[in-house]
Amino acid sequence: MVTALAIVLMRDLFAMAMMAGIYSLLSATLFVVLDAVDVAFTEAAVGAGISTVLMLATLSLTTTREERPPRHTALIPLAVVLITGAALVYGTLDMPRWGDPQAPIHQHVAPRYLEDSPSETGLPNVVTSVLASYRGYDTLGEVTVIFTAGVGVLILLGVRRRKSDGDGES
Amino acid sequence: MRHHLILHVITKLMIPLIVLFALYVQFHGDFGPGGGFQAGVIFGAAFILYALVFGLEDAQKVMPEWLIRILIAGGVLLYAGVGVAGLLLGGNYLDYNVLSEDPVSGQHLGILLIEFGVGTTVASVMVAIFFAFAGRGRRKEG
Repeated sequence: MVTALAIVLMRDLFAMAMMAGIYSLLSATLFVVLDAVDVAFTEAAVGAGISTVLMLATLSLTTTREERPPRHTALIPLAVVLITGAALVYGTLDMPRWGDPQAPIHQHVAPRYLEDSPSETGLPNVVTSVLASYRGYDTLGEVTVIFTAGVGVLILLGVRRRKSDGDGES
Repeated sequence: MRHHLILHVITKLMIPLIVLFALYVQFHGDFGPGGGFQAGVIFGAAFILYALVFGLEDAQKVMPEWLIRILIAGGVLLYAGVGVAGLLLGGNYLDYNVLSEDPVSGQHLGILLIEFGVGTTVASVMVAIFFAFAGRGRRKEG
């Protein structure tokens, strides 16, 4: 929380990248506390590691100081944020109490996954069996998203120019 | 690239451990926490660390760009191919039960293969993005 506020308030982009890394590391520990070790792995490796490196790589190409934003009134953005936030809070009022075992999400397919997964897939880790087997289509979609992201970056940045290197900025 | 002795030695010690941990997360994901996504990013992080310390040229010698492109597409194709193999063997798309005589071992095989596909794609996309970012400044200087 403190790091998030610091990121908003700071003007030095280098320090901001570092703070974002610290923020990711802290949320990774938070995920460990919540017993979501899978997510913690990903957060620590991607959030604290790779994305910080990528931000630093970007900074080395550009400048490390943020330009002072043009001053304009903050009233309209503030109103939009307040209305959206109020709508979201209003939406949560209908949700079942946190951790309620009778909540619809715990009644639909979750009991079947938890009860039948060991005998149907033979895997002790239910997360893996749900992710890879019962929800195979979704995971295929996720991999395709990552594939598309990689191809996009390669097309935008990674393609070697056909002509000699010297001609013009891209 | 300037020569940083301490960095080089420590990195050489760390990278095998990181890669080993990535492989553990990859293939032990059925039993413990982890899986293709996590293993992929850990492997990618190990490789990016190597590129940071030993320089981009050395890293690109280990993993040239054409190899990365093949791996990115290969992971997705492996995943989709497992689904098609299920179709050919008479099941539904991405139905692993038919991959082997016994449904449970078929599930095992299918999950192992698709997790490997996921890991391959994630790791090579991470490395590709890093190479694209880091190579950009290098090319402008030269």
